[in-house]
Amino acid sequence: MILDSKFDKRIITGSLAFFLICFLPDKAQAMHISEGILPASWAGFWFVLSIPFIIWGLADIKKRAAMNPGFKAMTAMVGAAIFIISCMPIPVPTAGTCSHPCGTGLGAILIGPGPTIVVASIGLLLQALFLAHGGLTTFGADVMSMGVGGALSGYLIFKLFRKMGLSFFIAAFAAGLISDWVTYSITSLELACALHGDVAFWDMFLAIIIAFIPTQIPLGIIEGFLSAGAFGFIKSRRPELLGLNIEGVC
Amino acid sequence: MNKKMKQTALVIFSLCVAAVFMALLMTKDTQWSGVDETVVEKFAEEAGREARDPYINTDQGDILLFVFLLAGVAGGFVLGYYYRDVFTDKRVLEL
Repeated sequence: MILDSKFDKRIITGSLAFFLICFLPDKAQAMHISEGILPASWAGFWFVLSIPFIIWGLADIKKRAAMNPGFKAMTAMVGAAIFIISCMPIPVPTAGTCSHPCGTGLGAILIGPGPTIVVASIGLLLQALFLAHGGLTTFGADVMSMGVGGALSGYLIFKLFRKMGLSFFIAAFAAGLISDWVTYSITSLELACALHGDVAFWDMFLAIIIAFIPTQIPLGIIEGFLSAGAFGFIKSRRPELLGLNIEGVC
Repeated sequence: MNKKMKQTALVIFSLCVAAVFMALLMTKDTQWSGVDETVVEKFAEEAGREARDPYINTDQGDILLFVFLLAGVAGGFVLGYYYRDVFTDKRVLEL
């Protein structure tokens, strides 16, 4: 292990600088639930629900960094990537709207779901604080949809597809695609829980998810290609980095 | 990445850029609002809840552009340096 603590500090500093680059001159627009939309009870519920996942992720980072100091550097890089990807609005011509991919599916297959939840939470917090993107009161809900939902679904799909004998490319594509769709499905669930009022919950949930479909179907496919492309790039350039989380790559 | 892969990637990228520009030209009147506006805030307003301004609102005048400029100069340099370390300098990471 040649990696030293000085290098770790430099990587973390570099990642923070990378975050700063993303003071984009316009608001990114997407699944993040804006400040004030959720009632206090639901905002608190999602926040409390997200805490165990963040603690689990922190413990996982600590454990794996103790075994391999290089893991911290990789985690910082993935954190920077998730931050960038999740505030990158992409126009979807078929719907005439903009939305963003999440990057948590890709993150989960590179460093695991727990650490991905932690770095996604950091990204969401910075976006809520400085980019007018998401909100502090809706932080827990956004962590549950993009962090927890995206990371766990992406990781499980990747593992499942690999067990079925499918190629790395297809598994990474599916991880990106499904994690994007799961993220927006959970956002729909959160909104339906909080806003259904006198309307039946499932009617509200279906109405919201149907409204997301024209934008998110093409965007999910883009996120699939993004994940597969990034995975392929790292696999060709530095396959040993993938060995941090995936068996059988090197 | 070999030469053939680079050429293929370049062609795919060029086609994607061309497709996006064509789509933008063909849909000049479209507002390109985000789904937070067209979906999340729409349903919230119908349910009687409206989004409020963020606690720290950096989206004022050219402040965001100024911060972006400063951070871009510093961050671009640092990011390029560490990208080299992680992806090309194999002596640094022995995993």
